[in-house]
Amino acid sequence: MSGLSVRLEQAGPIPLAVAFGAAPGELLALFGPSGSGKSTILRAIAGLYRPRSGHITANGAVWFDAARDRFLPPWQRRVGLVFQSYALFPHLSALGNVMVALGHLPRAARRRRAEELLEQVHLAALAERRPATLSGGEQQRVALARALAREPHVLLLDEPFSAVDRSRRESLYRELAHIRHRLAIPAVLVTHDLEEARLLADRICLLDHGRILQDGPPAEVVARPVSAAAARTVGHRNILPGRLVRDPGSGARIAWRDRLLAAEVPRSIPDGAAVDWTIPPHAVELVSSGAGDATGTVIERLRLGETDILRLALGPDDATLTVHLPAAAAHEAPPPGTRIACRFPAAAIHVMLRNELPGTDAVDDDGGGMDETGARNARIS
Amino acid sequence: MDWTALALSFKLGALTVALLLPLGIGIGRLLATREFPGKGLVEALIALPLILPPTVLGYYLLVAFGRAAPLGALWQSVFGHPLAFSFEGLLFASLLFNLPFAIQPIQRGFEAIAPDIREAAACCGLRPLAVLARVDLPLAWPSVLTAMVLSFAHTLGEFGVVLMVGGNIPGETRTVAIAIYDRVQAFDNTAAGIMSAVLLAISLLTIALSFALGRRLLPPRRP
Repeated sequence: MSGLSVRLEQAGPIPLAVAFGAAPGELLALFGPSGSGKSTILRAIAGLYRPRSGHITANGAVWFDAARDRFLPPWQRRVGLVFQSYALFPHLSALGNVMVALGHLPRAARRRRAEELLEQVHLAALAERRPATLSGGEQQRVALARALAREPHVLLLDEPFSAVDRSRRESLYRELAHIRHRLAIPAVLVTHDLEEARLLADRICLLDHGRILQDGPPAEVVARPVSAAAARTVGHRNILPGRLVRDPGSGARIAWRDRLLAAEVPRSIPDGAAVDWTIPPHAVELVSSGAGDATGTVIERLRLGETDILRLALGPDDATLTVHLPAAAAHEAPPPGTRIACRFPAAAIHVMLRNELPGTDAVDDDGGGMDETGARNARIS
Repeated sequence: MDWTALALSFKLGALTVALLLPLGIGIGRLLATREFPGKGLVEALIALPLILPPTVLGYYLLVAFGRAAPLGALWQSVFGHPLAFSFEGLLFASLLFNLPFAIQPIQRGFEAIAPDIREAAACCGLRPLAVLARVDLPLAWPSVLTAMVLSFAHTLGEFGVVLMVGGNIPGETRTVAIAIYDRVQAFDNTAAGIMSAVLLAISLLTIALSFALGRRLLPPRRP
């Protein structure tokens, strides 16, 4: 079997329960907050971290099989890893850095191959420079050339753009996109930048607390989260609880507070099921009082660029609703303290079956006892 | 001037450095890169000779070298002469009291290398020994050199332990530091003065060298 197949399980110290694959030529993004286990998974694929149980194969070779006590060290895995900090060898030139990873070639061929690789990343002119004299973007390209030098069966990218200015990222994105389309190997990108994942990846794996919340094409993962936790991870703001009511006459509705909201509901959700539903802040419409689906008191008003952001307290509990209004000079958004009514257009509501597994619907965004440094301490040296 | 004593000191210093170098690199790297239970204890034991009175270390070594102790008995049965008051015994003592001087600088040198550099080397296909040779040592060699210089200089100057386990046998255990003491006891102040001046010059030179290395050749750090 070609491509990459990963299954990892352990209860601690870093909880992991994931299974995913990546086909040759596919770029999979592991996306999640810090502490979600994404870097640990990448380190496990590289052989820098050994989980308690699981199985990893790449291009038909078994790299890790806990059941058979097989764990190949990194130097026996055909893997290319671009580190977050690039981890270039400071005492070697750009060329020397790439040549270190060419041990599989006869000595005489290494220099030429290293020069070719640097040329691929447009760094041929800087081949003799030490890493300390290169810019962040240049260092990243050396790291990429070095990762590809070993003719890896899997390319791993650990937040490779986090140390580069936003303004320079775009050209690096373009370069990575170019290079990876020429490669016939699976690539795994770890990132906590959703925009980056959407731009570069063919598929996104949403991770939280070492579990996969959702796995699919970027557009779908972002627009159609499968659970409240997935919705929160991709940045949905208004996630509210409800119950599905199927009525042969008027179709599916969501019972929310004292209202029945019209919504487009997937057939898979049964009548009476507990659901979470979400509506994008820009889709909420302000209406004159009495005609709305909800009323609330403005507790915060903020203008950010072209948008007025309102936060409404819905009361009597501490539920809030975020509303984005196009900022217009002609009229001011309602000031804090104002009571306003709003309407939720049926087409904008996205309904998710509530996952009753413990912990999955009450994810604390900042919390999590997970500690990626735990993985860093368990280094292979 | 007791040239035999000076030569003996140099021989002891050179052998100590030669034997401690691989040991220091091995233990220093282990301590710099691994976490294990009891690591603090190991580090404390290595540092112990720094504060332990030399006569105390000498006393325990003398006990261990005795025919009643396993080490002394084993040595006697294999080599046919006692370990105490022999050059080999002196070398053994020298290795022990130089442990902190050899290991600590090397450990610090290896610790200054970011762990992901070593991991990157492994992901480039280098085996652990190749990582040591091609990444760790090229980056940490000033620390290794410092360790060698310190161990050598310290061996030349050690007095208490040498007197306890070696005594004062010309050509066998009489190092230059002992010779100076011996000359002073014999009211030969001229010889003691010359030898002291020579030791002073050598010590100054080695310390200056190690300071210069430490300043100029700090392990390169990434920006």
